[in-house]
Amino acid sequence: MSTALAAPPVFVPAMRDRATTWVAAGALAALAVLPWGLEGGASALVRAVRGEVAHGVLVALAIVTLVCAWRGAARATAIGAGLAVVWAFAAAFAAGAKGTSFGIGAAVSLIALVACFARAIARRGAFKGDPAVATIVVVVAALLAIFIFFPVGSVLSAAMFDEDGSFAPGLAASRLFAADIWEVKCLTGGVHCGVAMNSAVLATLVGFVSTFVGLVLALVVQRGGQRYVAITKVMSILPIVTPPFVIALALVVLFGRTGIVTTLLNDWFDIPRSRWLYGLPGVALAQLLTFSPIAFLLLHGALAAISPALEEAAQTLRASRWRIFRTVTLPLLKPALANAFLLGFVESLADFGNPIVLAGNFDVLSTKIFFAIAGAQHDPGRAAALAVVLLGLTLVAFWLQQRWIGKLSYVTVTGKGDSGLHALLPPWLRRSCLAFAVVWFVFTLACYAIILTGGLVKDIGRGDMTLTLFHLSQGFAIDTSSRATMFVGSAWDSLFTTLEVAAISAPLTAIVGLLSAYVITRHRFGGRRAFEFLTMVSFAIPGTVIGVSYIVAFNVAPLELTGGMAILVLCFVFRNMPVGVRAGIAALAQIDRTLDEASSTLRASTTRTLTRVVLPLLKPAILATLVFSFTHAMTAVSAVIFLATAKYNLATVYIINRVEAGEYPLAIAYSSVLIVIMLAILLTVQALVGEARLGRRATPMLAGGG
Amino acid sequence: MDQSQGGVVFERVTKRYGAVTAVDDVSFTVQQGHLVTLLGPSGCGKTTTLRMVAGLEPVSAGRVLIGGNDVTLCAANERDVSMVFQSYALFPHMTVLENASYGPLSMGTDKAKARDLAREKLAMLGLAEFENRLPSELSGGQQQRVAVARSLVLEPAVLLFDEPLSNLDAKLRRRVREEIRELQQSLKLTVLYVTHDQEEALAVSDHIIVMNGGRIAQEGAPEDLYERPVSRFLADFIGDANLVDGELAPEADGASFAAGGVALPVRAHGVAAGPATLAIRPQRLTLGEPGHGVPGTVKRVAYLGSRVEYVVASAWGELLIFDADVHRLRRRDEAVGVSFLPDAAIVLPQ
Repeated sequence: MSTALAAPPVFVPAMRDRATTWVAAGALAALAVLPWGLEGGASALVRAVRGEVAHGVLVALAIVTLVCAWRGAARATAIGAGLAVVWAFAAAFAAGAKGTSFGIGAAVSLIALVACFARAIARRGAFKGDPAVATIVVVVAALLAIFIFFPVGSVLSAAMFDEDGSFAPGLAASRLFAADIWEVKCLTGGVHCGVAMNSAVLATLVGFVSTFVGLVLALVVQRGGQRYVAITKVMSILPIVTPPFVIALALVVLFGRTGIVTTLLNDWFDIPRSRWLYGLPGVALAQLLTFSPIAFLLLHGALAAISPALEEAAQTLRASRWRIFRTVTLPLLKPALANAFLLGFVESLADFGNPIVLAGNFDVLSTKIFFAIAGAQHDPGRAAALAVVLLGLTLVAFWLQQRWIGKLSYVTVTGKGDSGLHALLPPWLRRSCLAFAVVWFVFTLACYAIILTGGLVKDIGRGDMTLTLFHLSQGFAIDTSSRATMFVGSAWDSLFTTLEVAAISAPLTAIVGLLSAYVITRHRFGGRRAFEFLTMVSFAIPGTVIGVSYIVAFNVAPLELTGGMAILVLCFVFRNMPVGVRAGIAALAQIDRTLDEASSTLRASTTRTLTRVVLPLLKPAILATLVFSFTHAMTAVSAVIFLATAKYNLATVYIINRVEAGEYPLAIAYSSVLIVIMLAILLTVQALVGEARLGRRATPMLAGGG
Repeated sequence: MDQSQGGVVFERVTKRYGAVTAVDDVSFTVQQGHLVTLLGPSGCGKTTTLRMVAGLEPVSAGRVLIGGNDVTLCAANERDVSMVFQSYALFPHMTVLENASYGPLSMGTDKAKARDLAREKLAMLGLAEFENRLPSELSGGQQQRVAVARSLVLEPAVLLFDEPLSNLDAKLRRRVREEIRELQQSLKLTVLYVTHDQEEALAVSDHIIVMNGGRIAQEGAPEDLYERPVSRFLADFIGDANLVDGELAPEADGASFAAGGVALPVRAHGVAAGPATLAIRPQRLTLGEPGHGVPGTVKRVAYLGSRVEYVVASAWGELLIFDADVHRLRRRDEAVGVSFLPDAAIVLPQ
């Protein structure tokens, strides 16, 4: 009887809309007072007075908007504000590279004008007349358009144009279908395959094997007859706190030409040292260790969700344990297995950190894109073409996921809690899984042990295990001898920048993500599905593609952001936003809608409902999003490696640079510092709010990370 | 019209969800100080109707008036109504007092005043000692009272109840519905009440509106609906009824109803001769010796202490009969005659 989504009621236009008037006034104030351009200088009003026509028109339109808002003329307000925004962008893009870049004044006034526009169209009946919803949807959509769709579109078009900027479909075709991207000679005995083929082969391999590993570990924990709480806990935390190249570093230390294991094998069994690690085997191994925990968590959840009653029913029908596993458990896991495979596939495609350390001559798309931009052959067109290929592969994977998994899903959890016990695995299977799990776990722990100790010994890469603080002090020395404390270590700058960027971007991510989740779940308006899709899109775009697209799109006026800190913050906010949206949607699904309605019938406005009822109940989701986006901002590499500069360097980029220079001990020391910081943050927050949701909620959203 | 000034007027309201029409051209009035019930099977549009009064669903067509004002375009928070939700919808992170003072605080009342208003209503419902508890620390019945108190604090022109008893156990249900009725009568509240339980509706209402398929099937006082249903659906939905299909024929001094080869006198009340349905309440049928009325055989007997329930296979099909004469117990397979007074049967057109 009550429908799935109650529409917010129709808004009754009061004669004057004070809030819209205030927002319009704010826009005008920003135009009058704040410096318009990036380099500071005059405000738009001052520029207009000086006789700059473009700014004159903009200020005039803003005044018109304010007057119309004050007089309550919604249609005129919408037209005025809309024209002002369009004009500002049109004029700025027409001026092109020679024009002024948008600065603080432009940002504030344009957002305010967009909000004015949204409120005004709400008063005309759009978004069921709810101005708060209209503002959230329109402003978020506008920001997504600027910071996701515009840059990605720029990359697509960059692949289509030659160096002089003229349209070159022939060149685009030759770039997109170049032999070194697609050739398959390695299959027929040749030396190299195309880079896209390499990536696809690697991703398929990693997808399959990580799903297998995840399944084995999940079976041990869920159907092994023992409680392995520790495993689950460690597995749920590791992916969050591990920068994506850390495993690769540990593998180099273990299996590199002078690695610990290599040396032992050489000494004891005369097995010659080799470079087998550098290439497909090494990258695949590193990615497996990095991504298997994600497959594990996914399958662990799926196994737990299978109703025990089904397995008990099979038992009462005289099925053996093996038969139960084969005919009930495994078939019900199919959707989760498919999901785990695709997640592993996408993670591997997007991964940058492991290949940059280990790939050697085995080129993959993400590193190839990076070298096309940063390498000697600086060729943005080629980088763009490779980015298009990478994006295409990823989108195909996600499309398959949607198409296929959507139809595969079995609902095994009903509203009523089924009590009962899951069936155990047959003993032989349980023992083999356990043995595999132990080996895997020891291997994983060895990697982390290497990282955590490697920074404290002289040269772990060559087996020199003399304890020393040299590497730590190289990076993190503090000079207290003079009066002022000096952070003289070479890593301090990047660590401070990283913490600052993470601390700024985390709350912004939470706000944008949760507000979007709120309007998506709680309000019904035209285009709601499309809006939900928009907020999720950046989830499917590999970091490398975002990185390239940001430097292609935000290199020139009017949106000139490269080289600053703002671009790092923006990159994190819009890349991590889907996590906030998902966490918010999941949390809101558990908060009964009638609470909102009760608040509304008790005369509360949408804003009051949001602040007094919804937000307090969302606290766990807010914290989870904050922690996730903070740690993710600290571990990300693939996008920001294009955006970090000497002035605003980030920890991960700094470490990658040390690796490239061969300074492994410093890189390892820094990695361990990062892991310790993030563990400290995570455990503190978990202790504060109870561990309830943090781990599980955050992990399935790691896709596209790195 | 004067009396409806403080109440609700629902004027030709329609609600569509895409191609589905949930509420179809419905009009009714809730008079001030009355308790009106929207009754119907699930999916009949009664909750949608209530939510349109609350302003939680926009109407597709028609007008809604509350206290004489057209509020069709007003949002829920701009209407002088309060609602008690089926789930109670108590804010789980607020204490009882905070829940109860939420309304006045939304209206901008200052904190101390809002608390006083809240305390007054909480005391009225016997909740004074619980004001610092969280909803999770209360029993189901107490939570229900908090929900009622919270909606009373604003002293709304109309109070809405959405199946308020459905989360209570059977015994408590009876007590709470009496409390609600008493509260409504002592405070002279105007109430619109939704339920699917016909007994609950008969017990609490001044006026019942029965809905079916998005339309009003019948409305009237409880006894009107019980004694004079206008359709097969209504006879069956409110209370138990035996429904017999047959033929109505005019007679010199009234009418007769014939089915299965047996014709008995009835009152036609304007129903035209021809195919018709006869509705008879089980307690209005009398068991007698064979040869009187409709011949039949006792199929099942259930002795309930206060009455005996018989199922009789007869020329008119299976008939359900409540017999208050518990001392004259009839056996299975006993041959009987079933009769009734002409006034006891309701003739419905087909």
